[in-house]
Amino acid sequence: MAASKTDINAKAAAGRGTPLKIALWVLLAIGLIVTPLVFEGYGWLFVPHIMALIGLYVMLALGLNIVVGFAGLLDLGYIAFYAIGAYAGVIVGAWAFQHAPQLGPWIYFLMIPVAALAAAATGIILGTPVLRLRGDYLAIVTLGFGEIVRIIITNNPFGITNGAAGLPRAGQFIPTPFGLTWLQNNVYVPIPALGKSFVLQFDNNIYWFYVIVLLCLLTIFVVRRLDQSRLGRSWAALREDEVAASSMGVSITQTKLWAFSLGALWGGIAGLTFANFQQFVSPESFTFMESVFVVCTIVIGGMGSIPGAIVGAIIIQGLPAFIQGLAAAGKLPGIDPGVATVIANYRFLVFGLFMVVMMAWRPQGLLPSKRRAAELKPELDEIADVESEQLYDAQHDAAHPGIDE
Amino acid sequence: MVLTNLILAQLVNGITLGSMYALIALGYTLVYGILLLINFAHSELFMSGAFVGLGMMTVLTSSAVASKFPWFAAAQHFFVTPGLGVVCMLLIVLLVSMIVVGCMGMLIERFAYRPLRHAPRLAPLISAVGVSLFLQNAVLLWISPQQLPFPNPIGQGTAFTIGTVDVSVLKVVIVVTVIALMVVLDTFIAHSRVGKAMRATSQDREAAGLMGIDINASIMLAFFIGPALGAVAGIFNGMYYGSIVFNMGFLPGMKAFTAAVLGGIGNLRGAMMGGFVLGIAEALASGFISTGYKDVIAFAILILVLIFRPGGLLGESVVEKV
Repeated sequence: MAASKTDINAKAAAGRGTPLKIALWVLLAIGLIVTPLVFEGYGWLFVPHIMALIGLYVMLALGLNIVVGFAGLLDLGYIAFYAIGAYAGVIVGAWAFQHAPQLGPWIYFLMIPVAALAAAATGIILGTPVLRLRGDYLAIVTLGFGEIVRIIITNNPFGITNGAAGLPRAGQFIPTPFGLTWLQNNVYVPIPALGKSFVLQFDNNIYWFYVIVLLCLLTIFVVRRLDQSRLGRSWAALREDEVAASSMGVSITQTKLWAFSLGALWGGIAGLTFANFQQFVSPESFTFMESVFVVCTIVIGGMGSIPGAIVGAIIIQGLPAFIQGLAAAGKLPGIDPGVATVIANYRFLVFGLFMVVMMAWRPQGLLPSKRRAAELKPELDEIADVESEQLYDAQHDAAHPGIDE
Repeated sequence: MVLTNLILAQLVNGITLGSMYALIALGYTLVYGILLLINFAHSELFMSGAFVGLGMMTVLTSSAVASKFPWFAAAQHFFVTPGLGVVCMLLIVLLVSMIVVGCMGMLIERFAYRPLRHAPRLAPLISAVGVSLFLQNAVLLWISPQQLPFPNPIGQGTAFTIGTVDVSVLKVVIVVTVIALMVVLDTFIAHSRVGKAMRATSQDREAAGLMGIDINASIMLAFFIGPALGAVAGIFNGMYYGSIVFNMGFLPGMKAFTAAVLGGIGNLRGAMMGGFVLGIAEALASGFISTGYKDVIAFAILILVLIFRPGGLLGESVVEKV
């Protein structure tokens, strides 16, 4: 026993330390740092912007993955937590900036826990009564909740959300990490090796891209640890068979509530980051369709799979925006910039079809999670039954030829 | 006196609204009763019904069509004459829309849901959301992104007056038609052979199949009747509000689903009752609380019902099978 355990540890250590792996990680890091700068240098300003949006979607998708992918609870109102995080953070940020301006850029680090906790608390408040519901009822209740949050924000309760006009109000701004002055000092680095007019410009989008990448890495780290934790195993057990999990001592309500509130927490952080990135929030950004897109991201990538969430975000958020951006900038030879709007319009139509086709053809997603793939499938038993029946029929027929005539 | 009049006026509005919700709710309940599937695309079928209805109405009454096909002018003249003509025109519009949308429903079942009948529960739900997204954007792209005016051939006449509240002919027509359709549906499901087959399918699909019932036919029929009723609701909705738009289905769809849950999903009479209760609650709420929050009320009712009485008001308590 002891020997095999050391073996595993040794293998794990070896796997972690392979020079090839380290090289790949370094390459990835360099790629993430340099790619937006290069695109910026070529004047394709929209690319870093899209990359930042993809990053936001990765965060959202990973957060929802905890709820849908790990715990198997379909949440169709996830965007509500995104909205609550954004609004709570922005409102507290504005308040702090008014009352304690000496905090300066540190206000951001106050806003993050506020956004996260506000979203998580809402998750618990909503989750406590509704998590007893069956799968599709839960989907509808969360959908209703998402709409309620949006409608309440639009109706400007107690004058704090500024209604459809959105936040921040005139003259206010949303505090950012390290302060705005850092942003205003755009860095210009000419690189003659890449062409005469090649100048690296360090702007808003790139700044936020870096912040979002850092947050994404944190999310990936946390989500991975969660998946492999005791809690993650309880989620998997619960998703596969609630009754069996419960009889093995998994507390159903508590485990589901953890999934719900942790998912909400990441939604809240992503929401605040979105508000910061846009420097503006309004209820329009938090429609039901946004919830659907986050679900799509997970479904396309593969439920419960972290690389899947990234691939899904690139396909759902990145690809159409990239083609649209290229066409709008006139960078696609032979395609009229007017086509850009057409592409933008058709994207939802295509997504709808894509979801249907995906469910029929590859319901497990493009990059399915390994643990999910190993699940027991009740249909397989049925197929086995049918097969054994056919086998029985065949043997029977062979034993009694002509019995049917 | 003013208060009673306000209550009365809102009650009349509520019953009209409720009759439309009830009609849509029947579609959800029929499909759920048989397949245990929330047909998310149902609200989009309701919307498509309104658009098909608008198209038919335009064909039957617009002068542009008459100038192209002179032989059609006489028929058009008949269709715009008040009385019998308008009634015939409305009947044709309703029938065509019901058939077209019913066929759309069957197509959706065939291509989006049937391949997933043995898939995990989330799969058809996601597929349904996909169909809904597709239909909405198809109408947005290929018909119109704007609100389109919807004619009201019945006019603004008053049928009768209760107290000081005028009840328009349109409202009477809507409520009477809806109730008539409900009676027909209820009789059909309760007494006809096909209705019996559908009930058997919803009770136990496999056993029904073993008893020689064509399950697929029963399911297809549910997917025809539900959307066809939704189409009628769509046309009435257009006439009632005077305009239609590609995303008009979402809110009424959600509310109708609430109505279906309220009455006990899978229970036809429950859905009818739930529709009326929800319509009246919403009308009273928008009269007495705030119009801005009237949509919140429906969702709040939905959440409360699901928490406290998940089986609905008329439904049995659902026990999860192991």
